[in-house]
Amino acid sequence: MPMGTFLWTTLGAFLTLCIFSFLYRDNPLYKFAEHLMVGVSAGYFVILLWHNGLVPNLFSFLSDGHFYFLWLDAKSWWYIFPAVLGVMMWTRFSRKWAWISRWPIAIYIGIGTGITIPLVMRTSINLQLYASIRKAIDWGNFFGSGYLDSTAGYSQALIFVGVIAALFYFFFSKEHTGLFNGVAKFGIGILMIGFGASFGYTVMGRISLFVQRIQAIGNWTATSWHATSSYLIIWILIIGIFVVLSIYEFIQYMNRRGAAQSGS
Amino acid sequence: MKFKIMILGCLLLALALPALAQDSVKTVEASAIPAISPPAPATNVTAMDSPNDNGHSLTLRWTLSADDGAGQKTVLGYKFLRSFFPDSGFVLREGMAPSGSSEYVDMGGRKPDDRDFMPNDTDYYYIVRAITADSNVYSDSPVIGPVKAVGQLYNVGRTLVLVFVLCFAAITIFFIRRARKGAKLFVRRLAGIEAVDEAIGRATEMGKPILYVLGLGTAADIATIASFTILGRVAKKVAEYQTGLIVPCYDAIVMTVAQETVRTAYLDAGRPDAYNDDMVYYVTSNQFAYVAAVNGTMLRQLPATNIYMGTFYAESLLLAETGALAGSVQISGTDQVAQIPFFVVACDYTLIGEELYAASAYLSREPILLGSLKAQDYGKAAIIVISILGIIASQFRWNWFLELFKAGN
Repeated sequence: MPMGTFLWTTLGAFLTLCIFSFLYRDNPLYKFAEHLMVGVSAGYFVILLWHNGLVPNLFSFLSDGHFYFLWLDAKSWWYIFPAVLGVMMWTRFSRKWAWISRWPIAIYIGIGTGITIPLVMRTSINLQLYASIRKAIDWGNFFGSGYLDSTAGYSQALIFVGVIAALFYFFFSKEHTGLFNGVAKFGIGILMIGFGASFGYTVMGRISLFVQRIQAIGNWTATSWHATSSYLIIWILIIGIFVVLSIYEFIQYMNRRGAAQSGS
Repeated sequence: MKFKIMILGCLLLALALPALAQDSVKTVEASAIPAISPPAPATNVTAMDSPNDNGHSLTLRWTLSADDGAGQKTVLGYKFLRSFFPDSGFVLREGMAPSGSSEYVDMGGRKPDDRDFMPNDTDYYYIVRAITADSNVYSDSPVIGPVKAVGQLYNVGRTLVLVFVLCFAAITIFFIRRARKGAKLFVRRLAGIEAVDEAIGRATEMGKPILYVLGLGTAADIATIASFTILGRVAKKVAEYQTGLIVPCYDAIVMTVAQETVRTAYLDAGRPDAYNDDMVYYVTSNQFAYVAAVNGTMLRQLPATNIYMGTFYAESLLLAETGALAGSVQISGTDQVAQIPFFVVACDYTLIGEELYAASAYLSREPILLGSLKAQDYGKAAIIVISILGIIASQFRWNWFLELFKAGN
């Protein structure tokens, strides 16, 4: 491994350990890693938005591939309107003209909502309805003559009943009492079973992410510039972080003690 | 004696070798691929604009080759050649249709800088090629064309979506008008939302701020829009009680809208002087950097209450678990089904899915929101009725009823 890569991966391992130190408590090492990450990501997104947002979606249409802002000659000259809307957002820096920025926000939210409503109506209602009722109850499955076995037949029926009961829970116009309450409770019970399964599944996923990160550090020590010195560096990093945390805790303790003594 | 035996063996070998050689020739001849004669071409080829799209796509249909699944049974599939001219410049397209299929959709790129850009309103000519196992043996159909790709303004396949939207809009307008006329529209108690007022009171008593997280959605996401309404209500109470408010934002436009919302709430509460733009601030648009920053804020400023309302992804548990560690009362709400379990586990109150939308109406009691909520309930009742009708239809195999809900492409 080249020396440069070795130094970068060492820094990566150090920052990983800094973030993991949050498991103990908030500390200067975590603060350092946090501020570095926020600063780097904010700067990175400015460049990303410029190159992946503004240039291909706006400037390329206004420039015709030659020079920016020669929009009068551009084929898609009407792209100047979104450009003006974007510029209007900058009026937020002036107290007097800040109200102008409400116009592009209103247009943005209006267009977004307009696009979302038919999309949600189709994907979350029409297609879900189709999927729910198409094969909801297949009697053939119950009696073993269908495409699936009888377990699948019961599962299909349970899913359908669960969907209807869960819909009852989400009625807001009626107080949940009597039979209605019973059905709604069954619905929320079904939902909770689903949530429990989803929770367990995702926690397993998170643990595998943790294992991957540890393995990444392990692989780095095995394949890096000098394997023996890499193990040494990992231990130096861990011990270094432990020492910094200990010093930090000691200073905190002394400060608290000093404050208590001055108070008494 | 041994010498004689060796000579005899050599003679026998010499006799056997030509016979073996002949056998091997026969084997080679037997395994050689027999020559394939060209198959019958695809006939009745038609090319037309693909319906219900914004163009950049053409649909080809044909009658199967006589040797596709019948006759010589040598047709493996169909390939397509396209040109701008009827007599030259034909180029083989990338896709193919397997044997037995009689339709192919030639979909090109939609943007001028796409690799396979297919402009609308341009003449195209096609040839359908029936191919065999031998790449040199095929049959071409006659040239078909010209045909143009054209965009349609209306997608006929999604008429039912339009009907649903119109019906829903009509019911919503009806209930909004009723609410405006003063009709009392009942909304059942939502424990999570009633806890908001208690949580603000607790923060005031403790002298600690309230942290409001709008999630990772954009300002146009429905959950974020609902969250703005709840933020307005929370900010108004916070202004009245003179408690602190912290709103770290993931998106710049969300931050701008949130600033407007909080400013208006402070104005409504009669405390415009107490409003400060720094209450609502931008952090970063990187998911985990945002989480690291908000987690740090939770442990350093120790807010009495954390409210998470909006669109959340993998950060939900990281945020809620840190908030629980900091000892804050936590109220959450999201429409992201996969994240609800984490909020249920780590928060004191959770608004599940649509409860988030209901909460904004419940809190504000505005006729527009109440009317929408009532319309949603009627929509759910309609879904239950349609589902039961669908079950009946599926039993009687009324497929036309089921196909209605496919809602186009």
